[in-house]
Amino acid sequence: MDTPFVIAGRTFASRLIVGTGKYPSHVVMRQAHEASGADMVTVAVRRVNISDRSRESLLDYIDDTRIFLLPNTAGCYTADEAVRTAQLGREAGLGDWVKLEVIGDERTLFPDNEALVEATRILVKDGFVVLPYTNDDPIACRKLEEAGASAVMPLGAPIGSGLGIQNANNIAIIREFSKVPVIVDAGVGTASDAALAMELGADGVLMNTAIAGAQEPVQMAQAMRHAVLAGRLAYLSGRIPRKMYATASSPVEGMVGR
Amino acid sequence: MVITLNGESYELDQPVTVSALLERLDIDPRRVAIEHNLELIRRRTFETVVIKDGDRLEIVNAVGGG
Repeated sequence: MDTPFVIAGRTFASRLIVGTGKYPSHVVMRQAHEASGADMVTVAVRRVNISDRSRESLLDYIDDTRIFLLPNTAGCYTADEAVRTAQLGREAGLGDWVKLEVIGDERTLFPDNEALVEATRILVKDGFVVLPYTNDDPIACRKLEEAGASAVMPLGAPIGSGLGIQNANNIAIIREFSKVPVIVDAGVGTASDAALAMELGADGVLMNTAIAGAQEPVQMAQAMRHAVLAGRLAYLSGRIPRKMYATASSPVEGMVGR
Repeated sequence: MVITLNGESYELDQPVTVSALLERLDIDPRRVAIEHNLELIRRRTFETVVIKDGDRLEIVNAVGGG
């Protein structure tokens, strides 16, 4: 039997968290959200388009009575910027949860863990529920937890890379180290990556590009839903140990003609 | 008078409240957050905060992201 997926006292029905960026259209995004079964989605906080007010609002395509909004601080390179963005998101009515990103490098979009810990501390003090996007580093995750993070979100691979879980062992160690939920965030390319993350013991998986960038986003969203469920069930079921040689599945006795 | 609105120059005839500016821009005040001269301003003060010549305003909202 599974336990509920709880972050900071809030229970979520789905262990799959999805993004709202890069979809071919808002309509496709809404359909993909439905197919994914996710009840938490991430959004970014950006300048309003002043010159073209005809563009529809993203929020018109998200049923926030059913789906919990998680604003991010994507694109921030300093703790100050990230704190400012989180506060703007809260003031824009997006709530006091934040997917905290403090990026340290433009090409890899790897997090700056020092700044991440600092921003976590500031935002927790300011009343935020902080979910930091971090390296797949158990020590960094431990420091974030100590700084008050409500979950840790190690990357599987660089954002948008679709490379899958690059350091499966680290994810398993992070799970073992952490008292807060572990959510593998970024790097998922296809369903097996999401399943692997869950098999390693992750409490959830967060993805955007793997669904939004697929040729059939709605179908991929459905695949991810199944993958997360399958991976979770496999984790809970206790897999068999790996062995070098074969062990027959059928009886070795009673063979015809022997 | 000229203000800087989301990094661009924007002309106004006279000082206006934040609420009046949002109405003029056709922006729903419930879905945005605003920085006025780098200070985050509370929604309840949109009616009273007045934007003057040379002020810098950042108006943000939720967009697609991961």
